[in-house]
Amino acid sequence: MTKVELKIKMGELFPSAPVEEGGEWLNITMAPEDWLAQAQQLRNDASLLFDYLFCLTCIDWKTHLTMVYHLSSTAFRHNLVVKSKLDRNNPQIESVSGIWKTADFHEREVYEMFGVNFLNHPDLRLLILPDGWEGKNPMRKDFEDPINMVKL
Amino acid sequence: MYRQTEIIKDASQPGIEGDMVINVGPQHPATHGVLHLVITLNGETIKKVEPHLGYIHRSIEKMCESLSYRQFIYVTSRMDYLSAHINNHACALCVEKGLQVEIPPRAQVIRILMDELTRIASHELWWGAMAMDLGAFTPFFHAFRERETINDIMEDTCGARLTMNYIVPGGVMADLHPDFQKKTKEFIQLYKRKIHEYDELVTGNIIFQNRMKGIGYLSPEDAVSYGCTGPTARGSGVSSDIRKLYPYEIYDKLEFDEVLESAGDSFARYMIRIGEMQQSIRIIEQLIDNIPEGDFQAKTKAVLKLPKGEYYSRVETARGELGVYIVSENGTTPYRIKFRSPGFSNLSVLDHIARGSKLGDLVAMMGTLDLVIPDIDR
Repeated sequence: MTKVELKIKMGELFPSAPVEEGGEWLNITMAPEDWLAQAQQLRNDASLLFDYLFCLTCIDWKTHLTMVYHLSSTAFRHNLVVKSKLDRNNPQIESVSGIWKTADFHEREVYEMFGVNFLNHPDLRLLILPDGWEGKNPMRKDFEDPINMVKL
Repeated sequence: MYRQTEIIKDASQPGIEGDMVINVGPQHPATHGVLHLVITLNGETIKKVEPHLGYIHRSIEKMCESLSYRQFIYVTSRMDYLSAHINNHACALCVEKGLQVEIPPRAQVIRILMDELTRIASHELWWGAMAMDLGAFTPFFHAFRERETINDIMEDTCGARLTMNYIVPGGVMADLHPDFQKKTKEFIQLYKRKIHEYDELVTGNIIFQNRMKGIGYLSPEDAVSYGCTGPTARGSGVSSDIRKLYPYEIYDKLEFDEVLESAGDSFARYMIRIGEMQQSIRIIEQLIDNIPEGDFQAKTKAVLKLPKGEYYSRVETARGELGVYIVSENGTTPYRIKFRSPGFSNLSVLDHIARGSKLGDLVAMMGTLDLVIPDIDR
């Protein structure tokens, strides 16, 4: 599907989700509560088949966090970027590791770096950081470490 | 964290009594770096493999947030140090997307030549190390004989043998060394003269084949779901070569094949890399006599500023798809940068393919995933 066709399809499937065309790929913003059901639709819809989650990350905007999912389809070769705005003080969103298994590791990384709580994740533990780092979230913008961080 | 080697005597949970927990790594020759695996065994059968990462985590993404668009390239050479050129290439492409600069044809060709030489060097090292994991020491020396020749070519032009930092936004850092064409042609001759030794020593070896065939099976559906890319996915028959699917530079004008195997086992992944080296030679042969004259760098400002927005570039490294995601707030440093490294996703499949097989086969599976730990930890 081209970007325009994708936009029409997204309008049919998720009429309440805002769509943005500015970048290289179509961006769509989903509410965190609806994300799991919508992810299943994106994965299973016969004309979409987004079966490859090639990037999962989070951005700290100081006022809120944004989850970013880059999706691709190996059958149709179209791409879509899904975003979801999370509350910075209590960030939580449904885990999609049941739909795309690669999300398992990527969500664990986002959990330790940004402190996002992934609901129903099978094994939400620290992956890269050593024990005792729970709750410190080094990738957040207000993280301070006077010993190890060098400011240029 | 590190778990003591223990035999589980806890009878509260059914089915785990008598299981044994052992640690492989973080200092272990077969993990090629500081990867730490906690393995649960029943007898010699693997029940679970838990990777513990972070022994070489340098927080490159956080570091990049305070480095300018010219400086951050240097850090990325230290991610996948065997594909340093290709890492730099991905970052340069992403910055160029934001700046919307045209790259001179000469720089494009030089970049591809360097990428493909790097790919061969990386696969050579993998081949030697893979055979060494399985107990054959001689192939390591054969592989390094050819790899050293490539490193010498790199040293002439880039001044470095491992972390090159040669591909920069706008083109390449410096023009090619006058001997580059001559030495590269000599390398191609050397490679063609010696490649049959690889097959005679290892590929055709019946002991090697028996250890590799039928282990570590990965289905195409799982390969996609786990986000596997590169030779790991292509061994399962999943077409995933970014050079073919989303061509960058002039890859769409070159003749080369995407190597695919359908068996999905360790031997298939092995054969992919052997085939890829020959495809890289094919690409180099097409370009080595046709390097266009002209500038090696486009004119860019001294201080780069990316317009507000999001940029994503994808390239094919020796291990798979590397994605660079830059979020810019119209500043001289990235607001957020994410490296989607191929090794990270490829490692996540290890638990899935290793379950139910014997401990001795784990090394043969891990070897064909071609893990580079700094690329995984970042």
